Formats: sequence, C-alpha cells, structure tokens
Amino acid sequence: MNLLRSLARRALLPGLSVLSALILGGVGIIITDFDHLSQLGSDPLVAIGGAVSGVFNGYGAMIAGAFGDPSRIATALQTGNERDIATAIRPLTETLVAAMPLIFVGLAVAISFRAGMFNIGGDGQLILGALGATIVAIALQTSGLPSLVILVLAIAASVVAGALWGFIPGFLKARTGAHEVITTIMLNYVAAQIVLFALIGPFLRQAGSSQPISKSMTWVDVPPIVTLPAIRLDWGFVVALVMAGVVSWLLFKTTKGFELRAAGFSPTAARYAGMSAGGSMMLAMSLSGALAGMGGGFMVIGTVGQLSNDLSGGIGFNAIALALLAGLRPSGVVLAALLFGALTTGGKEMGIQTGIPFDLLFFIIALVIMFVAAPGLIRSIWRVRVKPAADVPSMAPSAPAGTV
Amino acid sequence: MRLELRDITKRFPGVLANDRISVSADKGEVLGMLGENGAGKTTLMNILSGLYRPDSGEIVIEGTPRTFDDPAAAIRAGVGMVHQHFMLVPVFDVVEAVALGSEPVTGALGTFNRAEARRRIVELSEQYKLNVPPDAKIESLPVGVRQRVEILKALYRKSDILVLDEPSAVLTPHETEELFSIIRSLAKAGTTVIFITHKLNEVLAVADKIVVLRRGRVAGTTTPQETSRQALANMMVGRDVELIVPKGPAKPGEVVLSITDLEVRDDRLEVAVKGIDLDVRAGEIVAIAGVQGNGQTELIEAIVGLRAVDAGTINIAGHDIGHPSPRMVSDLGVAHIPEDRGRDGLIPYMTVADNYILDSYHNAPYSRRGVFDLKAVSERARQGVEDFDIRTPSIETLAGALSGGNQQKVVVAREFSFPVKLVVAAQPTRGLDVGSIEYIHRRIVEQRDRGAAILIVSTELDEILAVGDRIAVMYDGQIVGILEGESATYENLGLLMGGAEFGVGTAA
Repeated sequence: MNLLRSLARRALLPGLSVLSALILGGVGIIITDFDHLSQLGSDPLVAIGGAVSGVFNGYGAMIAGAFGDPSRIATALQTGNERDIATAIRPLTETLVAAMPLIFVGLAVAISFRAGMFNIGGDGQLILGALGATIVAIALQTSGLPSLVILVLAIAASVVAGALWGFIPGFLKARTGAHEVITTIMLNYVAAQIVLFALIGPFLRQAGSSQPISKSMTWVDVPPIVTLPAIRLDWGFVVALVMAGVVSWLLFKTTKGFELRAAGFSPTAARYAGMSAGGSMMLAMSLSGALAGMGGGFMVIGTVGQLSNDLSGGIGFNAIALALLAGLRPSGVVLAALLFGALTTGGKEMGIQTGIPFDLLFFIIALVIMFVAAPGLIRSIWRVRVKPAADVPSMAPSAPAGTV
Repeated sequence: MRLELRDITKRFPGVLANDRISVSADKGEVLGMLGENGAGKTTLMNILSGLYRPDSGEIVIEGTPRTFDDPAAAIRAGVGMVHQHFMLVPVFDVVEAVALGSEPVTGALGTFNRAEARRRIVELSEQYKLNVPPDAKIESLPVGVRQRVEILKALYRKSDILVLDEPSAVLTPHETEELFSIIRSLAKAGTTVIFITHKLNEVLAVADKIVVLRRGRVAGTTTPQETSRQALANMMVGRDVELIVPKGPAKPGEVVLSITDLEVRDDRLEVAVKGIDLDVRAGEIVAIAGVQGNGQTELIEAIVGLRAVDAGTINIAGHDIGHPSPRMVSDLGVAHIPEDRGRDGLIPYMTVADNYILDSYHNAPYSRRGVFDLKAVSERARQGVEDFDIRTPSIETLAGALSGGNQQKVVVAREFSFPVKLVVAAQPTRGLDVGSIEYIHRRIVEQRDRGAAILIVSTELDEILAVGDRIAVMYDGQIVGILEGESATYENLGLLMGGAEFGVGTAA
C-alpha cells in the first residue's frame, strides 16, 4: 500500500506533465485547423465544434495507431490467420520497436545524469555503436560464422564503439574540466561525419545506391520474438528490458553505483569520502556510451537492417526528455520509452489518417521536456502539493572543473 | 522607540514556529534574544521586519499597533534589519551601497546627489564611531567593516529599532568587541537594539534584558545581573546541560600525528601554511585556535590527504604521507569531521543510511566484491542512529531533511563507526545548539579516553577552552604559540589570535 502510494506520488508530476503537453498539443491542433477555423465568421459553432472534434479524431487515431484495435486483435487471434494477426498486432509491436532504442539511450542518459554528467551525446554514441556493429557484420559476411555469432560480435563492437565515444568527454571533463555538455554535443557532429565518411566507401555502401546507406545485412539478424510476416519486434527489446534491470542493480546495489550517485550529488563530498570523482565521471560516461551504442547496434542489425547517417532520428534528444520524465529511474525509463514509442508510432498513423502533421509530435515532446524541467509550473497549474523528487541530481550546472 | 510584540503566533505546515510570543524593548534598550536553532528567533524577526505576517498577535511601536505588509513598510516604521548574510552590492562603494534604494536626488531628472548622501553617511559614521571609509569598494572591505556598513544602512534609513541577526557569526573576537561598543553607543543615543544570538557570552556582555526562546515560546526573561551562563544554557535547552564536558586529565601516549616543517598552498597557490611543526599524541586533544583564514583549513586538508604537501612531512601512525589520497589516510584509521558538513561532510540528497556508509561503503560488512549487503548496511546504520541518538524519522530519510545538529551527529557517528587512531575535526560544532555541542564534545572526549589522538580546529574560543588539552594558536599560516589547556584564557588566546608576539613556552 505504501509502495503503491509512493509510486503514485512519483508518477503524479510526470503524468500531469504529459497530460498538460497533450492538452496544449490539442490547442495546437485546433489553431492550425484552418479548414474549420476559416468558417469562424460564417458559422462559428460548426467551426469550433469541427476543430475540437478534430483533436479527438487526431488523438483517437494516435491511440489506435500506437496500440491497435483490441477487438480486431481478439478476432484475429480466434481465426488464427497469421496475416490477420500480424496486421492486428503490428501497431503494438511497432510501438515496442520504437521504444527499444529509446530504452537503451534513456538508460544511458539516466546513468550519466545520476553521476552528475549531462550526456547530450546519445545520438553520436548511438550512431557510432551502429557503425561498429555494421563494420563487424559486413566484415564477417563471408566468414562462414553462424548468424548468431556474428550478431554477438556485432553487438559487442557497438558496445565498445559507444563506450569509447562516451569515454572521450568523460576523460576530457575529468582531466581538463571541459564541460561535457559542450563536448558531447560537438562529438555528435563528429560522429555523424565519421559515419557519413564510412558510408561513402565501397566497403559498407550499398552497391548502386546514390544515398549514403550501407548494404542490407540480410545474413545476420536479431531473432524475432514472434515469427509473423512484417513484425519487426525482436529480442533486442528483451535485452533492453534486461539492461534496465542491470542498470538499476548497478546504481543501487553496487559500490560503483554508489560512487556514481555520490559524485553526481556532490563531487566534493565524494572526494572527501575518498572516492575518485574523475574516475566516476569517466566510468559513468563510458557506461552511458556503451548503452547508447548497444541501442544503435540492435537497431542497425535488427529492426532497421542497414546503416544510414540519419539512423538515430533524434533519439538522443528524445531520450534526454524521457529520462527526465522518468525521474532517472530505470523502471521509469522503460515506461517513458513506451510512452514516447507510442507517441511516435501513433503520431505517424495520426498523420496518415487525419492530415495533422507528424511534426506536432515534436511540439508535444518539447512541451513535455519543458514541463518536466519546471515542476513548479505543473504544481501551480494543477494545484497539487507534491514535493519535487529530491533524490536525483538537479539540472543545475554540474561538478566544478578539474576535480580528479 | 518602544517596541512591543504581543502574543505573536506563526504556524508553518507541521510546525508552530512562534507560539504566543510576547516581548518588549524600551527606547535605548539592548534586548538580547537567545535561543537554539529552530527556537523561533528568525521567524519572529522576519515577522518584525515585514517578511512574514503573523497568524495572530500584534506589533506595537510607541503604543501604536502596526501591520507590515512588506519589508519596506517595516523600514518606514523605523525597523532596520542587519541580516546574518550581508545584502550589499560588492562592486559598489560604501556611499552607493548605503544609499541604494533611498538615494537623495537633485534636478528634474532625479540625478543621484552623491555629495549629499556622502555627507550624511560621514556624519552618521562619526556620530556612532562606525569608522567606515565612505569611498572604499565593498568587496575590498573586511567582514567586520561590511557589517558596520549594514548597520550604517539601517541608520541611514532612520531606523530607531535595529535588529541584528547572529551578528558575531562572521567576526573575530576583536571585531565582536568593536561591534559591542557600537551597539552600546547606539543604545545610548536612543536606538532600540534587538540582538539575536545563540552565544551565551554575548548576551551577557551586551544585553540589558535577555529573552530566551525555546520551541517557539518564551522560556524566560531575565537580565545579565540576575543570571549566569549555566542558567541561560539550561533555560535554552530545557534541561541541565554541561557547558564544559567533564574530562579527566589527558594521558598522552605515543605520537600519532607528527608534522614537520609543513608548507601547503591554498587554491590561489599562495603559501597558506608556512612551516608548521606539531605533534599530536594518543590520548590527548590538541585544539588549534585562530581566526578563520589563517591556514587552518589548508592544514587540515593536507593532513587528511585532500591537498598536496608543498614541503615538509606529515606522518600518521608511523606512515609518511607522501602523495596522499583521502582513502589512504582514512585507511590508516583517521576520522575526519569536515568544516562544511553540508557540502563536504555529507550528501544532503542521499539517505541517512547512505551517508552513514559514505566513506566505508567499500569495506565489509557493507559490501563484498563491489556488491552491497543492504541488510548489513541498514542494520549498522540503524545501530548508529540509535547509538548517537540521531533524531530522524528513518534511516531512509534524506540527510538534508535533518536539523544541523542531527546532520553533524550522522557525520560523527559515521567517522566513529570504525576504530580510529586519529580524529581530525574542523569546526565540529559550528552552528549547533548547546545540547548538540555538549553531545559532540562528549563523544570526542570519549574517543580521546579510548586512546585516539585528537586534533580540533575551531574559531570558537569557548570550544577551544572546553576541550583542548593543549592549545595551539595559528596566525598567518604559522603556529604562534602552544599553551597547556589550564594556562589558556580568553585574554592570552585572543592576543595570540590577533598576531601579537607572545613569549609563552612553545611546549610542542
């Protein structure tokens, strides 16, 4: 009971943040609904009614697009027709597919933020991880190794590449005090250029394509959870959930996690207690990069199947928002990633069904970030009295420079 | 002007901060308001200065009930407040800082009439012997002078009632003396002074009337003639307390900490510790007295491995600390109670249990091969909470939610949770109330009697005299004298702290 109450208390502010963002998103839908609003002069009731019902239609399409139609799923399961089942459950599995990399990068952000390092470099770490996996997979194409071995080696390469890309800003911060926000953002650009460069050469590049995309890696795949046509959901999602458990264990049950959290809250107190703040910075950033890289690896080998330089599509930034929404808790990251996955998948469907632009999603996600970053605003709008979650580091500028 | 507070009550969620408090002060009277942290002093003063409005009760000035909607209204009614933390713009000069907000103006455009402001400031400064240089930049002034600028600011706004909140917290003993003489001359000229403090000596020295607050109520009203330090302390705490923890004579054993020719630089790379020799033996307490900023902080940081040694040696329990690290020093059996507990001693956003293991989390029984035994952690933490009488709802409470005294108890409990050979304590009771001070001192003496060597740095002479078996005085990075505890007095320590040459035997 106590546990339930504390969960409810933790979920209240994030929940209200999302709700507020969706309501303002609705306002956005109304004021961009020129078809209806143009009738405002001639027939205001119809105009406003039409615009408002447009919001419900839009969000309705979004929900259906994200979760599918339950009655249709039930019917399909009864008939047992593979194709029907696949079509019925596809919205739901696509939501999980979209959530998978968000979980990885969300965990990456959470672990670094917990250690007081504001890793904005999820995009770069993800795409370099994907590059590492692609290089290994393509290099082993004709090796004759079993597909599963290639998969494991490719994922290992993604972890190493991501960890390295995370380690660099951690090292620079620990040794020189270079602020990780600046270095990680800049390294995103460097990573994007490295990937572009790698995709120009004949080794990775899809023969005959004018686009910078890699070969389709048909000889290696992440095994699917259910074998149905056009269902992309694979074991990468399960690994993401396992990683949430691992990160939670690491943060709260191990001494390394204790050091990371202590350094995140107070680098000076950590130093006084005999910990190495610089070591924590480098470790946190390496782990963070490793997780983001692993997400890139699973995307490129599993759900996407080939590397392109726009693979990430802003996952790194959305992951920051969802990690904050999650209160930097691994379990919360999973929930928030599912929500964001649903928004993305449903948002595409909303665009197709109702003509409301997909870009509305960015508007809603931006509002979520804003509300999560301003809990006082949510408290005063909704008149709720909840203490802010004090057991995570604040968004204030982090550790002083050069504390090794 | 005569000030009366009648039945002031102020309630915050869950706390009755002021419970029907009635006090009064006559024109020209110095009212000392004494109380522990959390007794309701600051709330009462915030009501008087217009920051809070009382739930009930009234403020009566010269027989007229007044309500203050904001601090400006209080200032207009003649109530001037000197806060513990100064509110001065550092890059302004004294004239600008004092006149800010009530500048005399000339001409249609309202140009700042600096000459007029300067004239009045000089006049006030001379009248009350404040001795403030009108054209000096605030940031270039020592703390004591800045405080006088704050007082000047209140007088400039024609305050007849001056409220000083913990004014001596930042002052040297000498500066405190100067402040007291200013307060006396203000009172003589008819200003009503309300002096808030938790220091017993100060109310006895300067107040005409003493009001003691305890848990939001008036615990008693008395005068310096009628009362004593002991009686005031008992009244403050509500039970009999020991101002000086009883301790037997020291039984010094072998040398545990040996410092020779030590030189250490501060953060600006200036030499802050300039050749110090000091031995601390098992079973004795060596107290280092000195005004803040004379190298004590750097000395302590060097001993516990937080600051590089520039020259000289530090030897702890037979080990030379060459390139020290805090972990290495702590593994030698050194307990460190840091100066700034909120920043360095504990992590306010982590739980009491986490803070209890903050520097020993990597050892058994708390963890094995990097994985916590959370049951052992909570068992030991609960034991520590019990042993040290830490008032906390649970060990899962965030440390920052505890009172200052209980936070410090968490630090002390942690540091004493494993056997120690050397205790290094910097300002171990700063900002704590009498009850907590007594408790912490008792625990430190207990460690001494158990055979630990103890080094305490404090700027509080009361503390130095209460616990020191030997007392070293630091001035300008050097030890200018070492006295035996019995032969030390406020006077000879005060002289040494001020840098006076002193010929007493350096018995190190």
